[in-house]
Amino acid sequence: MDLFEYQGKQYFARHGIAVSAGGVAVSVEEALKQAELAQYPVVIKAQVQVGGRGKAGGIKLANNADEVRTHATNILGMDIKGHVVKRIWVEHASDIAEEYYASFTLDRSAKRHLLMLSAQGGVEIEQVAVTDPTAIVKLHVNPIEGLSLETARRAVVDAQISQKAVDGVAAMLVKLYECFTKGDCDLAEINPLILKPNGEVHALDAKVTLDDNAAFRHPEWDEYRATEELDEREKLAREKNLQYIGLDGTVGIIANGAGLAMSTLDVVNQVGGSAANFLDIGGGANAELMTAALEVINSDTKVKSIFINIFGGITRGDEVAKGIVEAMKRVKLRAPIVIRLDGTNAVEGREIIANAGIDESQLISRSTMLEAARVAVELAGKK
Amino acid sequence: MAIFVNENTKVLVQGLTGGQGRFHGLRNRDYGTQVVAGVTPGKAGQDVEGIPIYDSVDAAVIATGATASFIAVPPKAAPAAILEAARAGVSFIVCITEGVPAQDEARVFATLQRDFPKTRLLGPNCPGIISPGKCNIGITAGEIAALPTSTGPNVGIVSRSGTLTYQALYELKQRNIGVSTCVGIGGDPVPGTSFVDCLAEFQADPETHAIIMIGEIGGTAEEEAAEFIMTHVKKPMSAYIAGVTAPAGKKMGHAGAIVSGGKGTAQGKMDALRSAGVKIGLNPTEACELMAQIVAGF
Repeated sequence: MDLFEYQGKQYFARHGIAVSAGGVAVSVEEALKQAELAQYPVVIKAQVQVGGRGKAGGIKLANNADEVRTHATNILGMDIKGHVVKRIWVEHASDIAEEYYASFTLDRSAKRHLLMLSAQGGVEIEQVAVTDPTAIVKLHVNPIEGLSLETARRAVVDAQISQKAVDGVAAMLVKLYECFTKGDCDLAEINPLILKPNGEVHALDAKVTLDDNAAFRHPEWDEYRATEELDEREKLAREKNLQYIGLDGTVGIIANGAGLAMSTLDVVNQVGGSAANFLDIGGGANAELMTAALEVINSDTKVKSIFINIFGGITRGDEVAKGIVEAMKRVKLRAPIVIRLDGTNAVEGREIIANAGIDESQLISRSTMLEAARVAVELAGKK
Repeated sequence: MAIFVNENTKVLVQGLTGGQGRFHGLRNRDYGTQVVAGVTPGKAGQDVEGIPIYDSVDAAVIATGATASFIAVPPKAAPAAILEAARAGVSFIVCITEGVPAQDEARVFATLQRDFPKTRLLGPNCPGIISPGKCNIGITAGEIAALPTSTGPNVGIVSRSGTLTYQALYELKQRNIGVSTCVGIGGDPVPGTSFVDCLAEFQADPETHAIIMIGEIGGTAEEEAAEFIMTHVKKPMSAYIAGVTAPAGKKMGHAGAIVSGGKGTAQGKMDALRSAGVKIGLNPTEACELMAQIVAGF
């Protein structure tokens, strides 16, 4: 789960990382209040999970209440690359002497944590990686040893960060690492990490991605869930506990297993169609689950056909078939289903479907993935 | 021969008294696997359909001589269960648990590497391993796997995805191609066993004549495999990479399956494997057809 900047800053603050005084606002009145608390001058920042906010006019400096009113009015409701601004963050404007970059991620290939640090902050790190790769210091951290202040200090010196900022940045790296590990982040990034003229360092931005698998030990994440930006289909799927990702195509997809679901998307694309979604129904494809999955797919008005791709391993084909037939009694579908049923008890399953008394134009059975994909794409019309 | 597990492997199940552990543990035994013990703290002395339960992995190993563990416990308990098995001297651990936090996986991996370098962990979040006719640990339905023949050619399978593993097993069976061992390494960010580990074993296994590899988007495991294949794998291979059409920035079901920052794309992985001499199928069926052609040439 990706956090908004303000949530990331609050998360940082929880782990002792210095951030600017500020608060979140959903209205102009609230923005004025937050500005008073943070003290002028303030910066007003659109809270959207997309890059390029500044260029789009989503970040403005305000020296007084009138300017806050003007900017907050403009920014709230603004559309930034398809993301509508619902919240703004109002914080005390910082004097900046220098800007750095720092992040922790997991290096999957090394199976170690990875610190990336650069004296060139405030710009996209991918860009620095291309134009001046030596400007980024990369340091692997063994997860069972952790990051010591001495090691952090060495990295800061290696990154050629100003002498006067070395201690401050090193201390912040240790805190950021704590936040990354104890806070169960997939990514904890500060860009820019700033040095103020008075010698203090602090996080001027925050990019945090949380590991959904760790939610069970972080009850405090519930508030982040509440603000997550999901489309209507994704909200419905979450309520039903389905692994669903909305896409833009016309063939609705239901498959058992993440790999098979991904593969189903590929095959649909390969025969000239486009998938409306990714949906992994998991192991127990019973009537209950199948009904829920079909309801979610049915709520997507772009869907012109539905491709159910099931490979029976432990999941039995006859049970899946019963589930589909039962679900079709419960949900009135707007689009026909093409089903490919293979593996354990597939023959019995196909029989159940053939004998269910459902109009053959509404429930079409094919024995291979490719054939089924072709029929589904034909029914949906080519992309 | 087979890799990692064979007819002599003695398996204990951590969590045998739970729903998943019981269901799959008993299925594994029915398949012919030597399931010799279960471990559930506080339930020593009980049994699950004749399989004795012990309080600790240590006790189970001492009593039964188990060498492998099948872990089917919830995500909160999985890291401790893995380390308990390693401490008790279990050399091969299969953890099917889905939803283990990445930070825990990284710590467990580093601990195994430092303190138990001889212990091999498969998973977490994997379907397990089957050496057809000999040993099945995990959730694979044994009946979809074709037995290897003594004369060959037999195929080894290694995959990140569960259902695509089954799909490959099934397609090979339909084409009467024997399987030496099929390993599901799992779809998480820090798998205990990698493609490279399995490819090295398959290359060394006289019963394996060709290899199918099924990868997916995210990470660089397939690229590392391609590099290894170029220098170390002499046996012919076919492969399929799932997620050609996956949008960037979205986790496709598996915690590890995500294209981010232009890295981990299916195209990049296919290109890398292709230049290592691997035949690439654009869907699982095609990869198995390519394997059938390879096998026909033996």
